[in-house]
Amino acid sequence: MTVLQVAVLVAVAVGGGAVVVAPNALRQALVLGIYGLALTMLFFVFQDPDVALSEIVVSTVGLPVMVLLALRKVHHQEGEREEDSS
Amino acid sequence: MSRGVRLALFGVAGAGFAAVLVIGMTGLPDFGSYHGVYGQIIDGIGVTVRHGTDLITALNFDIRGFDTLGEEFILFASVLGIVLILRQLGGERHQPHQEESDEHHFAGASEALRALALALIPSVIAVGVYIVVHGQITPGGGFQGGVILAAAPLAMFIAGRYMRMRVIAPHLVIELGDVIGAAGYALVGLSGLVFVGIFFKNSLPLGIPGHLLSGGQMDVASVFVGLEVSGAFLVAWTHFLDQALLIRSGKQS
Repeated sequence: MTVLQVAVLVAVAVGGGAVVVAPNALRQALVLGIYGLALTMLFFVFQDPDVALSEIVVSTVGLPVMVLLALRKVHHQEGEREEDSS
Repeated sequence: MSRGVRLALFGVAGAGFAAVLVIGMTGLPDFGSYHGVYGQIIDGIGVTVRHGTDLITALNFDIRGFDTLGEEFILFASVLGIVLILRQLGGERHQPHQEESDEHHFAGASEALRALALALIPSVIAVGVYIVVHGQITPGGGFQGGVILAAAPLAMFIAGRYMRMRVIAPHLVIELGDVIGAAGYALVGLSGLVFVGIFFKNSLPLGIPGHLLSGGQMDVASVFVGLEVSGAFLVAWTHFLDQALLIRSGKQS
């Protein structure tokens, strides 16, 4: 196993942990994007460029966008509910 | 259950899981050492018989094209689920199209970000098309290129102009792309059944390995999958965007 492979494996382990311990959902979505970038490098270093190409867009753009928009919608609805009750 | 009991329970379960994981991992073959028969057969016939130099694409769109049909409809069905869940309900209404929502400058979208996002669109489209049509030669193919292509209109939203994104990628067009792509891939399989008698057996000329028009049905299948995937992602994103930015519950005026 090369130094590069060990380095990306460590990056993925640290990134996965960072997603779990992120303090709130908003930051979690952003850390998830960075973790996806680490996964992309993992696939690339372990010689699977096909999966790396899918992962780079899905994890850095596709998934965070959906999570962020869902958070915004939930935030909006909570705001409306508070206005209703006040 | 108190915190202490839960931690103790996690400690026991975690230690057991770690032990099983380590035992399992130590038995794995080294990276790069592969002795499976199937992979060696694919390695042997991928270029010589199927004329595709990227064996992953040869596997996805030719040798096991039927598997990809199922995978493609998984994506189709999940996007259908998103559309069903995020549809506009009876009590909800669209926010009136004021100037604010027309331009939709959301907080923090600086001029630099907008310029960069807009400048990226042509190159993202070029890379996406390249990856779709060169799937059988170099790493990539319909799925990878399709996702990259879908990101191009999304850059319009990142530039702070969601209403314009709806103009360049209207609902009808992206839904049609999704549907035509999904149906087209199934038709590639049917063409095999009609012309050579076996579902998903290649019926097109194979060409010279390494050339743009080679690999027979791989290129055609790749284009249809690219269309389906970019349509599917855009349908999902626009439904999320509509819900987050435009649709409001009907109670307030």
